[in-house]
Amino acid sequence: MTIYLRPTSLAEAIKMRADHPDATIFAGGTDVMNRVGQETSLAGMLDLFALDSFVGVSRHEHGIQIGAATTFYQIVRDPLVNTHLPILRDAASQIGALQIQNRGTIGGNIGNASPLGDLLPVLLALDAQVSLASTRGERQVPYCEFCTGYRRTVMEPDELIVSVSIPILSDRTFQYWRKVGTRKAQATSKVMLAGVGETTCNRVTLVRLGIGAVADRPIQLTDVEQLLLSKELDHSQVEQARTLTLRSLNPIDDLRSTADYRRWVAANLVAAFVQQLYDFSR
Amino acid sequence: MKIELTVNNQVHTVEANPVSRLLDVLRVELGLTGTKEGCGEGECGSCTVLMDGQPVNSCLLPVAQAMNRDVRTIESLKDNHRLHPVQDALLQFGGGQCGICTPGISLIAASLMESEPDASRERIRTLLAGNLCRCTGYQSIVDAIESALQHGESAS
Repeated sequence: MTIYLRPTSLAEAIKMRADHPDATIFAGGTDVMNRVGQETSLAGMLDLFALDSFVGVSRHEHGIQIGAATTFYQIVRDPLVNTHLPILRDAASQIGALQIQNRGTIGGNIGNASPLGDLLPVLLALDAQVSLASTRGERQVPYCEFCTGYRRTVMEPDELIVSVSIPILSDRTFQYWRKVGTRKAQATSKVMLAGVGETTCNRVTLVRLGIGAVADRPIQLTDVEQLLLSKELDHSQVEQARTLTLRSLNPIDDLRSTADYRRWVAANLVAAFVQQLYDFSR
Repeated sequence: MKIELTVNNQVHTVEANPVSRLLDVLRVELGLTGTKEGCGEGECGSCTVLMDGQPVNSCLLPVAQAMNRDVRTIESLKDNHRLHPVQDALLQFGGGQCGICTPGISLIAASLMESEPDASRERIRTLLAGNLCRCTGYQSIVDAIESALQHGESAS
């Protein structure tokens, strides 16, 4: 029989994690339940869903903080997210459908660390920080350093994801999100691209691109960022960015798509981002 | 472990593993077989139930997480053997055939009547995007729900 652990506070959650390192962490369970199926041999279930200290969106000095157990649907409807983080809202609104959005959480997406996690490229583009806690204390990890391989992260076995912090971008920042899948809803992504960009006097002062489903983890397109950063934005960069992406990515063939298709779609999305940033800056 | 569940306003105590699927507890332990299993992996929406008014897939819901929540299944729409306006409309418009997707769709539509009675056709389609039907196509289902929202009063 699986031990059921239901903390009532952050401190208790951390303590339970330390005492039961072999327990499986549950937020909404949408990924875990698919993985364990009807297997009843889980040692423990640490249930963080809807726990106050892990839920909600708030504004603080440095940006917007989102509790790890905040659901996709709560993110979609949140006024702060709608005002400042439209690409996070769009990405969350395209995950599964209503039933999944009512259960799946941002912390679950991060902890599950699937290369197909839809919010993850957005967290790269938005330069998010993940807050981890254990009985040893709290630490902040930039999301770009969080994933270390296929479903591997920097998390220690006694740590929990508490929240995500995202800096607020200026109104002059262009934000881009596009998910390509087989259908509009209930689609596992073939490629998804998140990007932000800012220009001053036509010079690119900020650009961050996160891409998913083309590698063992969500990755930042630093080559393309370097191509654009600090330079005068020029229309020829649309094609240069496309070529560079084609050259730099090495996705895989699987049942959902082919490597070639993924590479070309990724390159075309990057080109679309540059084109739209160019249009936005005029 | 002992788990107390409130299903359709009735309190039940069941003995279950905390990670057992709510779907199985409903069907096997409580005999509420109106909730159907389609894919069993959160894709098709056949097993949809309402938890605190929100549609969720009961195939992905560990039963422990249904404790202290208000769970409603398709059986909750039964009112002295009268059909709920949504069920009436689904019949009238031919919005059901084999019946596997019907309970989930009916529950979402019934909750819409309470929470968003002005929902547009587009909104109805978005909210039903997680409920697959392999018989009728979706036209008649969306027609039925649109009509229920326009004419019906909720009986639940």
